[in-house]
Amino acid sequence: MKKITKLGAVSALSLIIGASAAFAENVRVAFIDPLSGPFAGTGTNGLHQFEFAAELVNEAGGVLDGDKIEIVAFDNKISPKESLIQLQVAIDQGIRYIAQGNSSGVANALTEAIDKHNRRNPDNRVLFLNYSAVDPALTNDKCNFWHFRFDANADIKMDALTDVIAKDDGIKKIYIIGQDYSFGKAVAAAANSMIAEKRPDIEIVGDELHPIGKVKDFTPYARKIVSSGADAVITGNWGADMLGLGKSVIENGFEGPIYTYYAAADGITAAFGESGKGSLRLVAEGLINPPASERAAEIYSAFKEKYPDGNVSQGRIFNVIEMLAKAINQAGTADDVVKVAYELEGMEHDGVWGGKLKMREVDHQLIQDVHIHAHTDENITFDYDNSGFGLVAESTVTMASADIPTTCEMKRP
Amino acid sequence: MELILVNLIDGLVTGLLLFMLSAGLTLIFSMMGVLNFAHASFYMLGAYFAYQISIALGFWMGLLIAPLIVGVMGAGVERYGLRRVHQYGHVPELIFTFGLALLIEELVQFIWGKNQMPYEIPEVLNFTAFAIAGNSIPAYKIFMIFISIAIFIGLLYILTKTRVGMIIQAALSYPRTVEALGHNVPLIFMGVFGVGTALAGVAGVIAGPVLGTFPGMAFVLGSIVFVTIVIGGLGSLWGALVASLLIGWITTFAKSYNIEMEDILNGIGIATPEDLSENLFRDLWALTSPQIADILPYILMVLILIFRPAGLFGKRHS
Repeated sequence: MKKITKLGAVSALSLIIGASAAFAENVRVAFIDPLSGPFAGTGTNGLHQFEFAAELVNEAGGVLDGDKIEIVAFDNKISPKESLIQLQVAIDQGIRYIAQGNSSGVANALTEAIDKHNRRNPDNRVLFLNYSAVDPALTNDKCNFWHFRFDANADIKMDALTDVIAKDDGIKKIYIIGQDYSFGKAVAAAANSMIAEKRPDIEIVGDELHPIGKVKDFTPYARKIVSSGADAVITGNWGADMLGLGKSVIENGFEGPIYTYYAAADGITAAFGESGKGSLRLVAEGLINPPASERAAEIYSAFKEKYPDGNVSQGRIFNVIEMLAKAINQAGTADDVVKVAYELEGMEHDGVWGGKLKMREVDHQLIQDVHIHAHTDENITFDYDNSGFGLVAESTVTMASADIPTTCEMKRP
Repeated sequence: MELILVNLIDGLVTGLLLFMLSAGLTLIFSMMGVLNFAHASFYMLGAYFAYQISIALGFWMGLLIAPLIVGVMGAGVERYGLRRVHQYGHVPELIFTFGLALLIEELVQFIWGKNQMPYEIPEVLNFTAFAIAGNSIPAYKIFMIFISIAIFIGLLYILTKTRVGMIIQAALSYPRTVEALGHNVPLIFMGVFGVGTALAGVAGVIAGPVLGTFPGMAFVLGSIVFVTIVIGGLGSLWGALVASLLIGWITTFAKSYNIEMEDILNGIGIATPEDLSENLFRDLWALTSPQIADILPYILMVLILIFRPAGLFGKRHS
């Protein structure tokens, strides 16, 4: 018995050593996002996209002299506290690149911790690749040299959205509703100020926050929206709150457009189906329909082949990996993240899903095309949730908010 | 004025849905003296089973078959799980049902994944029944009301007018005596547990398409069901009905009207402080009714426990 144990321990040890030897050549990216709990669906889908994007780069020869990019997954259960522990684990393993996106609360905690870590440990600094947390503060008051945001932030998206709304003379009254936390409030504040600026004649007939993740039935909210006489609804809701609100509003007789940030993929597109057609709009980067280029179409088809149940719902992930690879190649090193960061800063790149990308030096916010999509089953090349429904771009704002002001005062090493 | 009528209907739908869940739970509770934490999980199972069946056989077969499966599963849980744990006392039973709830949630995620399921309202009911001042009332809501009322009447009839019902009622209060009279009390318990969970299953089947079919649906509804039976009085079907409707209407009206705490406080003669930002109670002053709508039932429960511990219709004084 003892012998077997010993044998087992030795072989396990040799496996570990062998494994770490194999990893030595890889450029590792720690993916810290929820992989269990209520938001696991979104997290897992994001992980698949990261892994697939890394594979694409690796197949094309990797970075530097054939080094591979490897995604290492860490489950943070969407808790800021858990994320900091996972961050420490990742740093201890010698990982230099941290990717995270779900929840601005987590991103705020991570960016602060990374800034602190990098100041104290100049020998093993890390970079924060934020692919989805859109709280404007991250590239304003709380910005730092190590944080790069690849998604359009909440203000940029609202800027594009209100540009479209401003052109629609049929809209006279707008109802704003969102989840009661920092992001929901940021959306409401941006909507209020931008509509007042662009179309002072539009009346905000409702501006309301509801508890996040706790509302069983959105009918009463839907009734209020209908009886307020609103022509359009703006909401930053996501997940079950988005689906519940949207379905309820449509079912109870609202016929105008519902402008959203996140009403797609992860089962939401399939669940809305026919009922969302004609009313759901979504503002996002990443053009899926019509495909921007043959390459984009090929990538999407290949992704669907590998993950038949998955969606490319966060196209920006592909940009994160491509731009990181490019920066590492230009810097000639993957270990000196300061050099890599300076390469990323100001980088211009052709987006995987079309359009130009530019990482602004001043606040590390990626400037890119933002599209207003419609939920429909017509002219769909790539649907979501295998439902036949998907998003088609209705209008595009090129290089949206390229000159949006920032309060960021970045300190560079 | 029209909005009041609309809200009455919406509140009725919410309340009746809650009733279908709490009716089963209140019977189970009074019978075994144990809170079935997994009750809402059976509600979730009902929705998922019905979704799966509806893909192959359509919505109506789902409505018929899914609650049966859930009921059989519930009976199985009682027969092979709870009954064995029962001899060790209430705490192990409680822990058993708690573990079961977690297990079912994980199982559902394992089989169906973590995303929302596209479980849809059937075509025949997917139209607007009528509209009140621009607020459309979907036909499906009317259908929900009828199903729940039919179930209530059926349950009431069985419990009060039939022989089976009388034995159940007797077994609830004096299980030993009923056993001594030659009735198979464990079988009755199993039956009640099965029917109770089947009712939760029905609720899941008809609520799934409107409230969403996702792994968190049991969690969202779980605690409010317990509140309902405590307010209504344990073991009382009428109590469960009244409490459910009460909660349905209270939350619906609180969400529909923006009643501000400031107005209420001013109304009872307290003037708004000059500088709210410095005030100790500034959060209290800024409250609106939609914000607190979902905790109103809990406040009501606390009040009931203080002034009428047995609940509105409760009979037991132990």
